[in-house]
Amino acid sequence: MTLFLQQMLNGLTLGSIYALLAIGFALIFGVLNLVTFAHGEVLMVGAVGAFLVMELFPHNLALGLVVSFVVAFIVGLIVERISFRPFKGAPHMTTMLSTVGISIILMNLAIIFWSAETESLPYRISYGFFQIGEFRITGVQILIMIISAFLLVALTLFLDRTKWGRAMRAISLDVDMARLLGVPSPNIMGLAFALGSALAGVAGILIGIYYNAFSPYMGQDAGLKAFAATVLGGFGSILGAVLGGVILGIAESLTVGYISPAWRDVVAFVILVTVLLLRPRGLMGTRSL
Amino acid sequence: MNVLRRIKSNRVLGYGLFVLLALAFVIVFRTEKYILSIGVLGLIFSTLAVSLNLTNGYTGMFSIGHAAFYGIGAYTSALTAMRLGMPFPVAILAAGAMCAVLGAFLALSSARLRGIYLAITTLAFNEIARITETNLQSITRGPFGLPGIPRPNFGFFQLTTDAGAYVIALVLLIASVYLIESLMKSRIGRGLLAIREDEAAAAACGVNVFGYKVMSMAIAAFLAGCAGSVYAHYARFVSPDSFGLNETFMILSMMVFGGMGTSAGPILGAILLIGIQEVFRFAATYRMLIYGVVLVLVVLFRPQGLLGKTTVAGSGIKLNFRRPARSNPSGALTTGLGK
Repeated sequence: MTLFLQQMLNGLTLGSIYALLAIGFALIFGVLNLVTFAHGEVLMVGAVGAFLVMELFPHNLALGLVVSFVVAFIVGLIVERISFRPFKGAPHMTTMLSTVGISIILMNLAIIFWSAETESLPYRISYGFFQIGEFRITGVQILIMIISAFLLVALTLFLDRTKWGRAMRAISLDVDMARLLGVPSPNIMGLAFALGSALAGVAGILIGIYYNAFSPYMGQDAGLKAFAATVLGGFGSILGAVLGGVILGIAESLTVGYISPAWRDVVAFVILVTVLLLRPRGLMGTRSL
Repeated sequence: MNVLRRIKSNRVLGYGLFVLLALAFVIVFRTEKYILSIGVLGLIFSTLAVSLNLTNGYTGMFSIGHAAFYGIGAYTSALTAMRLGMPFPVAILAAGAMCAVLGAFLALSSARLRGIYLAITTLAFNEIARITETNLQSITRGPFGLPGIPRPNFGFFQLTTDAGAYVIALVLLIASVYLIESLMKSRIGRGLLAIREDEAAAAACGVNVFGYKVMSMAIAAFLAGCAGSVYAHYARFVSPDSFGLNETFMILSMMVFGGMGTSAGPILGAILLIGIQEVFRFAATYRMLIYGVVLVLVVLFRPQGLLGKTTVAGSGIKLNFRRPARSNPSGALTTGLGK
């Protein structure tokens, strides 16, 4: 029982990071109607940026969070300019390849100019832990969940209450109509992409401090998981993305605990494929085919 | 210029020249192991790109799991030859058949999925295949790879050189191109194109959309499996790392780079991308960076690919690679805070 609770908690932590990645992915897909394969590498760049700053200013997690957000936001703006703006609405395959190119570029820039190995902070970010019997919950886990939840609520309110958020939803419903009504669609799309990327950057620093490991390859798996979680939840649905992320995280943790760490990714993808076969639009996808 | 136009307008002439060049290449470099290996890889990846072109370029499906079939083919063929002692023709057919069955199964189960949903399913299939190859250690020796695969053995004679493997790869490429070309000229090919242009309209005209999609995927998987088999018996070593997402994206970029939905484009793309990687080998760490930059620039300046056309052949209808975005209610953003 303790093992189960412990794995559920680990899964929830991992799941909230995936959820953060997935809502960024869902935001990008919802507004631009295109998929990015550079999401994982944007995460990595955000994490590396924060790592460099946190090396200079030890124990300053708040600064790290802000830096990861800002760095990933700027990278997002650039990626959107190169890989999406020239091909709005083009076939998925065109922009997809462009983002694959971008992800190769970002990863190799990090390898060349930063490090090709896994780096750790010289100190450990720790906020103690609570222990109930055998069951242990660490401060970092709580922090990760709080930050993820905060960003989720902030994004939801942003989309729901602000002028820019409304513009994003209008574009996702009907680009042409939104443009006719005076929404500056290219800029709003750029903003949506950058915002989604910034969330990925924050997810990056969270993964980094959770395992205390930063590497140029940390985005590869994470990017796939974001894609999978978003599809699992139903494309374009923010709540669905959260649900998809949490389900994937918990499924992975339970596999690690009860079957074998080697099969964790297989279980995640098998769940994804099974759900898609039963519900082709994902769990919370509203329209049927 | 006139000669170029002749080649462009006459496919038989064009492919004949290609085969002559390829044969000249192997005769000149038959003892140069390194240069020959680039040639073999170029041919194998050409076959992969050509077969992916059938599903993605002609049928309009969005599959990004092609390296899975490549890998399954390689493992099936290697194990058939090593454990069962079968000659090469049996092994390559076993590899192709295994992949065709899996491809048909994948297409059958995901037939309701379109666009990006099909993409993630095939991508998941690729990851599942790779991780299974890694974890089934009793059969595949997992991450250590499978060494000691015999060179192609035809029963009555045994190949002993890499040049032989090159010729087999060339034969497979020619067979694949011939198969797909004839298919596209037939009634089935027109059906596939109709599905690509408009699925609903194709169905309304009596095209068996479901059956054709399954068939398209099965044939593409069969050819990829054969390519995997040739690779396994050429390299005589397979490991799961050779069949991951990087390879999938590489095959995909070759196809798009040369021109999706064209006959010779995927081959050109494969040869150029393999070539670029080898030419820049001196640049060491910058090599992959250059590869990424090339990918981005090509998509930016020639989204239809090097040989791609901007109009549908013979009709003058413009293809839209930069069309303005359309509305998409199915992917509309929802926050869950009420309407």
